[in-house]
Amino acid sequence: MTRPTPFHSRTSALNEGQRWEDWEGFLAATMYSLDPLVEYNAVRLGCGIFDVSPLHKYEVRGPDAQALLQRMVVRNLAPSRPGRGFYTVWCDDNGKVVDDGGVFHIAENHLRLTSTLPSLEWLIDNSSGFDVTIEDVSEELVGIAIQGPTSRDLLRKLTNVDLSALKFWHCTDADVCDRPTLISRSGYTGDLGFEIFVRPEDAEKIWDSAMALAPDYQMRPCGLVALDMTRIEAGLLQIDTEFISAKQTLFEVQTISPLELGVGWMCKLDGDYFVGRDALREEKANGTSRWKTVGVELDVTYIEKYFSEFAMPLHLPERSWNEAVPIYADEAQEHLIGRGTSGMWSPLLKKYIVIARIPPQYEKLGSRFFIEEVIEAKTFSIPATVVKMPFFDPPRKKA
Amino acid sequence: MAETYDAIVVGGGHNGLTCAAYLAKAGQKVLVLERRHVLGGAAVTEEIYPGFKYSVCSYVVSLLRPEVARELDLGRHGLQIHPQEFVYLPMENGDHLLTHGDPHKTRQEFRRFSKKDADRAGQFEDLMYRMAFAVKPILGYKPPNMAAPSLRDLSTLKEFGGHLSGLGKETFHQLTKIMTMSADDFVGQFFETPIIRAMHSLSGVIGTMLGPKSPGTAYVLLHHYMGDLDGAFSAWGAQKGGTGMVSEAIASAARENGVEIRVNAPVSQIIIENGTAVGVALENGDEFYAKTIATGCDPHVSFRKLVDEKELPGDFVRAIDNFKFRGSSGKVNIALDGLPAFTGMESPRFLSGAIDICPSTDYVEQAYDDAKYGGFSKRPAMEICIPSINDPSMAPPGKHMMSIFVQYCSYDMDQYGDRDQQREAFGNAVIDTVQEFCPNIKDLILHKQVLTPWDMEQMIGLTEGNIFQGELTLDQLFFSRPTAGYADYKTPIRNYWQCGSGTHPGGGIMAMPGRLAAKEILGGKLVI
Repeated sequence: MTRPTPFHSRTSALNEGQRWEDWEGFLAATMYSLDPLVEYNAVRLGCGIFDVSPLHKYEVRGPDAQALLQRMVVRNLAPSRPGRGFYTVWCDDNGKVVDDGGVFHIAENHLRLTSTLPSLEWLIDNSSGFDVTIEDVSEELVGIAIQGPTSRDLLRKLTNVDLSALKFWHCTDADVCDRPTLISRSGYTGDLGFEIFVRPEDAEKIWDSAMALAPDYQMRPCGLVALDMTRIEAGLLQIDTEFISAKQTLFEVQTISPLELGVGWMCKLDGDYFVGRDALREEKANGTSRWKTVGVELDVTYIEKYFSEFAMPLHLPERSWNEAVPIYADEAQEHLIGRGTSGMWSPLLKKYIVIARIPPQYEKLGSRFFIEEVIEAKTFSIPATVVKMPFFDPPRKKA
Repeated sequence: MAETYDAIVVGGGHNGLTCAAYLAKAGQKVLVLERRHVLGGAAVTEEIYPGFKYSVCSYVVSLLRPEVARELDLGRHGLQIHPQEFVYLPMENGDHLLTHGDPHKTRQEFRRFSKKDADRAGQFEDLMYRMAFAVKPILGYKPPNMAAPSLRDLSTLKEFGGHLSGLGKETFHQLTKIMTMSADDFVGQFFETPIIRAMHSLSGVIGTMLGPKSPGTAYVLLHHYMGDLDGAFSAWGAQKGGTGMVSEAIASAARENGVEIRVNAPVSQIIIENGTAVGVALENGDEFYAKTIATGCDPHVSFRKLVDEKELPGDFVRAIDNFKFRGSSGKVNIALDGLPAFTGMESPRFLSGAIDICPSTDYVEQAYDDAKYGGFSKRPAMEICIPSINDPSMAPPGKHMMSIFVQYCSYDMDQYGDRDQQREAFGNAVIDTVQEFCPNIKDLILHKQVLTPWDMEQMIGLTEGNIFQGELTLDQLFFSRPTAGYADYKTPIRNYWQCGSGTHPGGGIMAMPGRLAAKEILGGKLVI
């Protein structure tokens, strides 16, 4: 049975349509309001509060804690010190992405890994020879994310630490409502925002205290639809959408390397060994990447034109989508070259944006191709252009 | 040596800025001259009281054309509209009507009043949608000259005729009705509940010195549905930081394309040589010259103030003098110490959209009766917005900014004494009426700004304080806006063009007059 999170007594009371989905076995709100757009807007205008408890969390302690994670993930953790955090992916020996998550350097010899999929076994398998203890604290810690322009001002009212000193992807132990937590300045929305790890017994207290401030800081509880829309604008990847874990598919064709996934920048190929490094070195040296992952923008005037063929006004999707959509080199749809993995009409940017997987020769900014769009059960080709990703990257995210 | 430009736009309102941006995109060297210290005209945000942003006049965005947002990339330049989720209508008996973004919830709410009305709500919305779709192409046309149509005019008319004939009988007949009926009669075909009727017909009289029972008001209803057509594209809602930020977004796009914008630069007259506009003179004596002069001001200012009467044909002058302004709306902006409590309100969230004070059509018609012969409504109809509920940039934490759009307040209010006394009497009537529906309002007021139509004229230059730069009645629309023969953005003076809301397709933060004018100035083709 899908389980409630420790916030459920609060979140279920707010969930107007009782719309939930399964997130790693937990009930996660799809949306709280009947129209997810108001939640999306709250994140960009005020802030949104998300229950992110279903994330898996692992404490890695011991003299080799940093070294173990360095061996496991593609990011260079050498500069890591207590108080730093990193977003990273990790690979298998073939250099194919297994999962993504956060590494939080909590204290000397103490790091925390968060992941989307269960990762205990992966950690243990990699840890032979390292002087570490690994503990799965997925259920001993729950989480909320507060994301949006007013998130810092709101959180200031609840904590004893100086949040203006907390930089992007840094973390700190903090009392929130006099309860011990870890606050990290990170998130999945591409906005100013924080993730707070709390003990389950403190969940309701912290949720209530934050919600009591909601009217003053224009905060709303937000569900997965708003989260998906904001993460697409931020150009952030989603498992099972932009990639399938190499652990979860039997078919090589479905795996993808970080170089292909658009996160090659985080792989330190000339540095110390990490799982998958050699395969990635080879991929890079031989130019054998099959794909590149890029941001593209659709030409909406064509969608409008094709709607008018049915005497219909332009209709744009009201939510994001996460199904693979064919991309063609030509309007006649004879040369299939790739796929759109997720996309949305961005109400903020007033643009139709898509995260796309295409062959390397189409990677350059300004490259053009066609994305399939089905209107009234008829297939059309919509011109699309490669643009800069993240699509939305406000200065406040890092300010 | 005076500076020369390809084009000068008089007035930095949202249409003037739009026109300038498109001209600059086509490579022209453009100068915008704004009289005030701040851009936006009636779409302006000012911090009148410290920490509080007032959307001084225009307060909601619903009609902004998607093509303008797209072509000028306004999303990147700061356009950010929070959609309106609720309309809350408190009633005199302490009950209220609440409409939701979700149609099922609205239907459920209507059922409390009338099961018939609940069932017809969907039918009404569908019809309005179909009709808006039917007339929408008009928004993109340069109005044809009906007396002497050009080839392009004829093809426009043919295209539109073809479009209309494809509508189907029901839609076409309803379209002829909506063009001629009163808002109340039109809405009355569907609804029996007074407050539901009033809610719909209120939008038919906004900005117009007519009552909901006056014939011709139904059309304005339709005007308001145009924005709905674009669905996801242009939400009906509040711009982040106030409506002035829409103007700022357009200005930012204009500047990026090379437009020079000067504020505190009041134009005193258009310099005309041999029937051709060649430049403008500022009040301080500075002169600027250009091949094209476009005016974003209303027709009265554009032709009766900025231009010497001798430069214009007599019949044109008469037509402009007969163009109806008749400001009918006032505005009260309030800084509040906390969130007001409206009667019957279940959650403060329900106040985040619009709060309409219009318990019945009779209430609104009575308000009209009060102001018909001058003066203002003793108990006015109002649309109240509290944008700070969603937007933290409008007021300090815990405080709120309230915008009250008031219908009716006429330009002539001599019976109340001098202008200061008039303003005070009007402001008091508004607050007293709000208090009937929101008992704690007076305890929360930190600061209040009251604007009568006369104040809007003084401040923004809107003649007689008409928010649309001329009433949106059928006789003043399309090929008659502002007057027959000059609806094509041209004027009797060569190289002097119109680009304000006094031209087709009219007022509201639509930005279409500015775009269409630029297109005509550029010979019928925009550079996008």
